Amino acid sequence: MNTRTYWGALLLGVAAMAAVDEIVFHQILAWHHFYDGSTTAVALLSDGLLHAGKLFAFVAGFFLMLDARRRETFRADAAWAGFLVGAGAFQLFDGLINHKVLGLHQVRYDVELLPYDLAWNAAGLALLAAGILLTVRARRGSRCSRTP
Amino acid sequence: MHHHGEIALSGESLLLIPFVFAAAMYLAGVVLQMRRGRPWPQERTALWMLGLVVAASGALGQLGHSSFAGHMAAHLAVGMVAPLLLVLGAPVTLALRSLHIVPARRLSRLLRSIPARMLMNPVVAATLNVGGMWVFYLTPLYSLAQGAWLFHVLVMVHLLIVGFLFTAAIVTPDPSPHRSSFALRAVVLLLALAAHAVLAKYLYANPPAGVALAEAQEGAQLMFYGGDLVDLVLLALLGAQWYRVSGRRLARASVALERRAA
Repeated sequence: MNTRTYWGALLLGVAAMAAVDEIVFHQILAWHHFYDGSTTAVALLSDGLLHAGKLFAFVAGFFLMLDARRRETFRADAAWAGFLVGAGAFQLFDGLINHKVLGLHQVRYDVELLPYDLAWNAAGLALLAAGILLTVRARRGSRCSRTP
Repeated sequence: MHHHGEIALSGESLLLIPFVFAAAMYLAGVVLQMRRGRPWPQERTALWMLGLVVAASGALGQLGHSSFAGHMAAHLAVGMVAPLLLVLGAPVTLALRSLHIVPARRLSRLLRSIPARMLMNPVVAATLNVGGMWVFYLTPLYSLAQGAWLFHVLVMVHLLIVGFLFTAAIVTPDPSPHRSSFALRAVVLLLALAAHAVLAKYLYANPPAGVALAEAQEGAQLMFYGGDLVDLVLLALLGAQWYRVSGRRLARASVALERRAA
C-alpha cells in the first residue's frame, strides 16, 4: 500500500476531526470550555503539544497528499482508509485521554455527562473501525494489483 | 494618567524614526535595483512596508494604555505578525544585491559569523522568543512594563527582534548559509507553538498580577487563536518550501534515472 497517500490522509483525518471539535463544539455550540482551570500542569502541557500537533497534521497531511499526487502514486482507497483511521483515533483520544484521564474539559457542562461521553467515544470507535476495515481492504487491493 | 500621555506623545514621534529609516533604506535598495534593470519583486516591497506599519502601530498604539487584551494584541502584532511580514520582505537579499562589494562582503561575513549563526539557530531563536515570553508574563516584569513607557518600548524592541530571528530561522527566503534541516525546523516550530498555547491557557486561569480574571481570559484567548493563525502561516510556508525542495530533488533523480536507462 502507498504509505505517502495513507499517512497524508491519516494526518488530514486528525486535522479534520480537530477542526470539527474546535469549530462545532468550542465555537458554535460552546459546549466545551477553552480550559476549565481544574487540571494539572502535565495535562496543560499535553494539551498544548496535541494542539500544535493538530495544526502540524493539517499542513503536513496536505503536502504529503500533494507529493503523492506529484509522484502519481495517489490511491483513493488508501486515502479514505487513512482519513477515517486518523479521524476516529483522534476522536477516541480526545474523548478518553483529554476528557477523562487528563480532565482538560468535558463534552458539555451542567448536564448528565454519561450519554454525551458514550456518544462521543462511540462515534470515534465507529470511525476507527471503519478506517481499519478499509485499511485491510486497501492492503489486499494493493497486493492483488501488484501480482498480475 | 494625563502626564503619561504627554510623555508618550513626545516620545512617539521620536520612536517612529527607526521605522521611517528602515522604510527609506529598503526603498533606496528597490530604486537602485530598478535603475540597474533588475526590478525587485513588488510583493516583497509591499510585505516589508506592511511589516513596518504593523510593527509601528502595534508598538506605539499601546503607549499609555494598560488593558491586557490590548497588550496581547500589541504582542501579537509586534512579536509575530510584523516579523513574518518583514522576513518575507527578504531584506538581506535586497541589501546584498544593492550594497557595494566591500560592505556586501562585510554583511555576508557578519551573517556567517559564529554569534550570528548561533542567534539564527532555530533552537536558540525559539528559546529566546517563547522563553522570553514565559519570563515576561510569569514574573513581575509584566506589571513593571505597565508603569514605565521606556520599559514598554524595550519590551517591544525585544519582541520584534526575537520574533524576527525566530521567523527567519524557520522560513526565511533570504540566503542562509547554515540553514537547519526541515525536520529540525518543523520540530522547533511545533514545540514553540505548543509552548505558546500552554502559556495562553495558563494565563487564562492564572492572570498576571493586577489583571482581572475576565480581562485575562479575553487576552489569553486572543493570544491562543492569534498565535495559531500566525503559526499556521509559518507551517504552510515551511511545508511549501519542503514541497519545492523535494520536487527539485525528485526532478534530478528522474533525470538521472533516464540517463542511466538511455
